[in-house]
Amino acid sequence: MTMDYTPTEMMTIAAARALRNDDVCFVGIGMPSAAANLARLTHAPDIVLIYESGTLGTKPSVLPLSIGDGELCETALTTVSVPEMFRYWLQGGRITVGFLGGAQIDRFANLNTTVIGPYDKPKVRLPGGGGAPEIAVSCGEIFIIMTQSKRSFVPKLDFVTSLGHGEGSNHRARLNVNSRGPTKLVTDLAIFEPDPDSKEMTVVSMHPGVTRAALQDNTGWPLRYAATVAETPPPTARELEVLRALQARTARAHAAA
Amino acid sequence: MSRFLSLAEAVEWTVRDGDTVAMEGFTHLIPFAAGHEVIRQRRKRLTLVRMTPDLLYDQLVGMGCAEKLVFSWAGNPGVGLLHRVRDATENGWPAPLAIEEHSHAAMANAYEAGAAGLPCAIFRGYIGVDLPKVNPNIRQITCPFTGETLTAVPAIRPDAAIVHAQKADRAGNVLLEGILGVQKEAVLAAKRSLVTVEEIVENFGPRSPNAAILPAWTVGAIAHVPGGAYPSYALGYYRRDNAYYKAWDAIARERETFLAWMKANVLERGPEAFAVHSQRARQAAE
Repeated sequence: MTMDYTPTEMMTIAAARALRNDDVCFVGIGMPSAAANLARLTHAPDIVLIYESGTLGTKPSVLPLSIGDGELCETALTTVSVPEMFRYWLQGGRITVGFLGGAQIDRFANLNTTVIGPYDKPKVRLPGGGGAPEIAVSCGEIFIIMTQSKRSFVPKLDFVTSLGHGEGSNHRARLNVNSRGPTKLVTDLAIFEPDPDSKEMTVVSMHPGVTRAALQDNTGWPLRYAATVAETPPPTARELEVLRALQARTARAHAAA
Repeated sequence: MSRFLSLAEAVEWTVRDGDTVAMEGFTHLIPFAAGHEVIRQRRKRLTLVRMTPDLLYDQLVGMGCAEKLVFSWAGNPGVGLLHRVRDATENGWPAPLAIEEHSHAAMANAYEAGAAGLPCAIFRGYIGVDLPKVNPNIRQITCPFTGETLTAVPAIRPDAAIVHAQKADRAGNVLLEGILGVQKEAVLAAKRSLVTVEEIVENFGPRSPNAAILPAWTVGAIAHVPGGAYPSYALGYYRRDNAYYKAWDAIARERETFLAWMKANVLERGPEAFAVHSQRARQAAE
């Protein structure tokens, strides 16, 4: 049986699958939050979700619109202050995986969420880094979820908001950063992992129906492929059902005044 | 020792032209009513400090109260950008706005250093990124014990801090619950402080022995403003009005619609207009 699903649903589901039941995950708002909660509601019921507003072990029934919605606090194991969150929990190394997105990414998975164009005269002023600069170095590893296009997958970032693999190879180690950095990049078209030596993000799996030509058309640098490239298993009926129910609950909750 | 004042008196005492002011609240307990009173009193040339400037700072900037913004994430969460802040930084309307940009970790550490009476905060941050190139207040320091290179930023020591909380007791102690953000730190770091509260009670009654309390001798002014955090929320009182946050995008996009909205909803109204939001939630609960 074939099932209809959108590229965004495939992306969210593929990102959710990457999370493990024993992960402690630092979650950003938007697509990371959808993927992390989908994982919790399917194969990873014991995953610990942490939002930077201070909520530890939160289990929201609807996705938050903001990072500090009441739902996050009311369903959390405990809520700590924001300085404690960043000092003891993030900088203290108690988080296994950080989940980030961005407006621009380069081939070494450095991210820009600050400005498009020059910093002093931006074409588009974005919200800024928030927690990302320290999430990117303090979590055990980083998963990135982003919609792919030539505008967002660029040869050179306008501004480096958070560190990926820097200039590649052992750049993180040279900066005295011991965490693994971006180990997975999930888009609406494919899944990337860093090459073990160069650390360039390399295509390891393509979503069903995606061609190499289409993938290259939506990337601002010449893509590298792993020796064997898999096809991402399509969403299962259960994954789609749980994701859509979560998003329907969320839409109803946010529409209510 | 904290004093109970009307909101207008409290803002007049707390905030002066040219001050560095921190109105904090990490999505939760954002002091909207007090911020609106600052706008009505036409305060000028403020340096506004806040980790997550959202609608309240968009309103203050759009009404010409600020000359500088210190922040780590500026936006309408889950909705988009701040149109009034953009208009000020890009076009100087209604007044030019300088920015000093940080990360969340930096600002959280800087507030804590302010509360601790230290001149700077030290943490492991900003590694391999561009912000230190555009913000001279981000510097490096060497650990005298291990030789590790760490990052230092100046402590945040505002002239005035404004926060919203659930309760004050008759003695002027303040109780906060839920997502606490950097509110305790902001109040303790500031020269003067104002706390608006949902209710004033005889005493706090049964509570966790570790409840977050600002003792009366650490708080400047207290004003009773039920609903004062609307459209953000007060845990146990009313929920975040996400529909308002979504509607703000269209209101703030153009100068005319923004000014008309501010006239009708801020300039021509007072703090009592906020009470309806807490009443409505209470009626819904009954």
